[in-house]
Amino acid sequence: MSNLFDLLVAGLATGAIYALVAVGFTLLWQTSQTINFAQGEFVMLPAFLMLAAMHAGAPFWLAIILGILLSMILLGLAFKMLLVDPMMRHGVLPLAIATMALAIGIKEAVKQFFSAEASPFPSIVPTGDISILGHAVSLQSIGVLVVAILAVFGLTTLLNRTSLGHQMQAAAQNPTVARIIGVPVERMILLTFLINAFLVALASLLITPIYLAKFSSGEVLGQAAFIAAIVGGFNQVRGAIAGGLLIGVLDNLAAAYISTQYRAAVPMIFLIAVILLRPQGLLGRAEERTV
Amino acid sequence: MSRFAKPVKIALSLIIIAGLIVIPMNFNRYGLFILSQWAVMTIAAIGLNLTLGYAGQVSLAQGAFVGIGAYASAIMTTHGWPLPAAIPVAIVLSFCVGWVLGYPALRVQHHYLAFVTLAFSTLAFLVFRNESWLTGGIYGISNIPRPHLFGIATNKPLPFYYVCLGSLAIVSLAVWWLIRSPWGRAFMALRENPLRAQSLGIDTRRYTLMAFAIGSALGGVAGALYAPLTQYIDPVPFNLSLSLDLLMMVIVGGAGFYFGPFLGAMIAVLLPEWLRFTEGYYLMLYAIAVMGLLIWSPTGILGILDRYLAERRTKAASALRAVAKSRLETAQ
Repeated sequence: MSNLFDLLVAGLATGAIYALVAVGFTLLWQTSQTINFAQGEFVMLPAFLMLAAMHAGAPFWLAIILGILLSMILLGLAFKMLLVDPMMRHGVLPLAIATMALAIGIKEAVKQFFSAEASPFPSIVPTGDISILGHAVSLQSIGVLVVAILAVFGLTTLLNRTSLGHQMQAAAQNPTVARIIGVPVERMILLTFLINAFLVALASLLITPIYLAKFSSGEVLGQAAFIAAIVGGFNQVRGAIAGGLLIGVLDNLAAAYISTQYRAAVPMIFLIAVILLRPQGLLGRAEERTV
Repeated sequence: MSRFAKPVKIALSLIIIAGLIVIPMNFNRYGLFILSQWAVMTIAAIGLNLTLGYAGQVSLAQGAFVGIGAYASAIMTTHGWPLPAAIPVAIVLSFCVGWVLGYPALRVQHHYLAFVTLAFSTLAFLVFRNESWLTGGIYGISNIPRPHLFGIATNKPLPFYYVCLGSLAIVSLAVWWLIRSPWGRAFMALRENPLRAQSLGIDTRRYTLMAFAIGSALGGVAGALYAPLTQYIDPVPFNLSLSLDLLMMVIVGGAGFYFGPFLGAMIAVLLPEWLRFTEGYYLMLYAIAVMGLLIWSPTGILGILDRYLAERRTKAASALRAVAKSRLETAQ
């Protein structure tokens, strides 16, 4: 049984990171119908920005701040202004394809300007184990869970309890009416892009110590985040959180109990089942279909 | 204008076809390989264009069908079957799997469909990698023979290039015929307005499945040629990025345009080669070029041409109108 407990904790920890990435993904979808195929690369890049800052001689804490700021500028502001804004009115598909190209571009840029090899990345949580209910649990898992929960809690508070959050929701749900009642919709959309950039930078900070910084590490993460977002409900923040945790746990349990070879298949089959049986996601609302 | 447009078009096509036959004759091995790859990828992209561009069903699984076709042909030809026997098997297999994959499309659309097909694509990759009794697992299948066709051995790059080019020609003609047939019209009706298509008596259910199955079958054809082209296959080329690349080819060339996949595959296969002199930067430049193009024209390259022609036509029409109007005025 101790094995199951360890698996659950590890699963929740990776799941919490997936949740962060998936939340950002759904935010972009809600406010601007952007399916960001580069979301995984968005998680991979900030770690390299932080590493670059450290190579330039900055201490770790400064590198983190610089990395997060730079990601918000590059992956939030520049991404929106240069790619999403000119393409938004042309529909979902061309923009989705453009983000695929962006994913290739980011991967290649990191490979070219940084390194094709995996680099180690310092952890913000000290390594070691503590004992909970008689089980040894790694501090890293706990730290990841705590940071992720705080981030998600902060975000939901922002969205549900503050005027700014209400304006953001209004801009996402019905931009026309929101504009009429005086919500600065454009600014709200920009804000969601900045929040997404912040969340991926945070996810990067949490996951890179576990999986090392590598140019190709975004592929798996991006897919996990997609699945989490859809399984939970494409149009709901809490759905994405639930989906992230679920996929993290499922992935870990599948690797242990079903087959290591087919571990990646379990979330996929789950995804297909959810889409076919409950397309709005486990916690999502049904989207009205025009046709 | 339309009086001489058709002969011009035919002449242009003939020149391009002649060029594709004659010019590669003194290409080196690598050049022929790239050009053959272009032909093979074009076939797969034509299939996806049928599913996506004409019938409007998003699929992120075309790469998986190329994989299915490639494994079918690799397994059969290494066991002594000739390629002309393996291609129909690849077609039937991808057609059937594509038909089944079409069922989700009856229930969900757009991005949901994209994600179902994405999941399928990953599942297919896992099967290629893990079922090593059949596919050789990560070690793949090597020594895939090239076929003898009409008594001619196609082991050398040039004859095999002609095999690929000939297959592309056959596929192109078949698809040309298909999109002009009532079926093609039904596909387009499905894309433009499924509800109206249904009320006009089109069996949207059957045509949706057909669009998937035929598109996938062409993916299978491409795969069946890919295996003898590279003579060695492993699961890596058939992962999700191939599906994404094919989707990019279709969109960049111009989804729903007949010549879109030809151009898209040319850009995806040849542009990185032309950019090779930039060494490590070539894929980055390719990505930037694709993004730039899509920002400029979300309907792809042929979208630009289409808009330009439409503009000229309206200009010509308004010029005619102006002439007619001035004539009316002078008559008065």
